[in-house]
Amino acid sequence: MTGKKWAYEDFEEGASLDLGSKRVTAEEIVEFASEFDFQPMHLDEEAGRKSILGGLSASGWHTCAMFMRMLCDAFLLESTSQGAPGVDMVKWRKSVLAGDTLTGRCTVLSKRLSKSRPQLGFVSMRTELFNQRGETVFELENTGMFLTREAVGA
Amino acid sequence: MTLDDYFQIGVTVTLGSHTFEPEAVKAFARKYDPQPFHMDEAAARNSVLGGLCASGWHTAAAWMKCNLGAHRPADGWDGPEPEFGPSPGFRNLRWLKPVYAGETVTYTRTALGHRPLASRPGWRILTVKAEGFDSTGDKVIEFESAVLVKVQ
Repeated sequence: MTGKKWAYEDFEEGASLDLGSKRVTAEEIVEFASEFDFQPMHLDEEAGRKSILGGLSASGWHTCAMFMRMLCDAFLLESTSQGAPGVDMVKWRKSVLAGDTLTGRCTVLSKRLSKSRPQLGFVSMRTELFNQRGETVFELENTGMFLTREAVGA
Repeated sequence: MTLDDYFQIGVTVTLGSHTFEPEAVKAFARKYDPQPFHMDEAAARNSVLGGLCASGWHTAAAWMKCNLGAHRPADGWDGPEPEFGPSPGFRNLRWLKPVYAGETVTYTRTALGHRPLASRPGWRILTVKAEGFDSTGDKVIEFESAVLVKVQ
C-alpha cells in the first residue's frame, strides 16, 4: 500500500476532485442493458426516442457503473480505499444518451476517524456527473473508508 | 382489483437468483470497477475482503436483471396495462456482506406504496424495497428504489 497518492489525510472537507471524462457509446449501452436491464429504451434507438428518455439511453445502473469507473480512474485505485458500506442516495436526474460525453466532480462533504479503528477514516462525498451541455445527469452521495497514511506507512 | 393489489403493496416477491461466476465477476470489474479484490484471486485473498468478490454495482445490476425477468401479476386486472417508465433513483443502498465468486444471490422486491406524480399528470411513482440474500440466507444487499408508472 505504500506510495498510494490518496490516504485519509489527503481528502479535505470542501475540496473538489475532477473525475475526468467518459464518452458513452451506443454499443456499450446495448451491451450493458442486454445483460442487466433489457428494457426497450436501453436497447433500441427508435424505442428510446418514443420513451420519456428521448433516445437510446443508458440504464441507470450502467450510469452507476460508469461513475464507478470514473472514480477508480480519477483517484480510487491510487488510494488507501477499504471499500464502501453503501450509497446514501443516487438520483438519475436526466437521461444519459448514446454519444453523450460525461464529466464528473466529487466534493468532500465531511470526514471523521473511526472510533474503534483509529487507522481508518470515513470520507463522505457528493458526486455529480454532467453531460456535454453542462446539465447534471447523475447525483450520488456516499461514504468511503480509507486507511490513514500512518496505517500504510507512507 | 385495486392498484394496491396490482402492485402487490406490502408483499415480498421472490424475483429469482443470479450466480456470480468468477469469470463474470472479473469481466464486470475489468470494465467498471477494476479494484484488485474484484479482479484477481491472489490480490483478493490479501485484501480486506478476503477473497474474490463481485463489485457492489454488479450485485445491484443483477437485482435489476431478476426484477425484469420476474413475471408481473396481471390476473384480475381489467384496466389498461400500466406502463412502467424510468426510475428517479434510489436511497439507502447497503452492501451488507461480500458476494464471493461462485455465490448465488436470490433477489426480492417489496412494493411499499405509490402516489401521483405532480410534475407528470397520469403518472404515479411506485416505491419498492429491494433485497438480495446469499446461499446461507444472509442479506448481502438492500436498497429503496422507485419507478414511474403510467396508469390510465
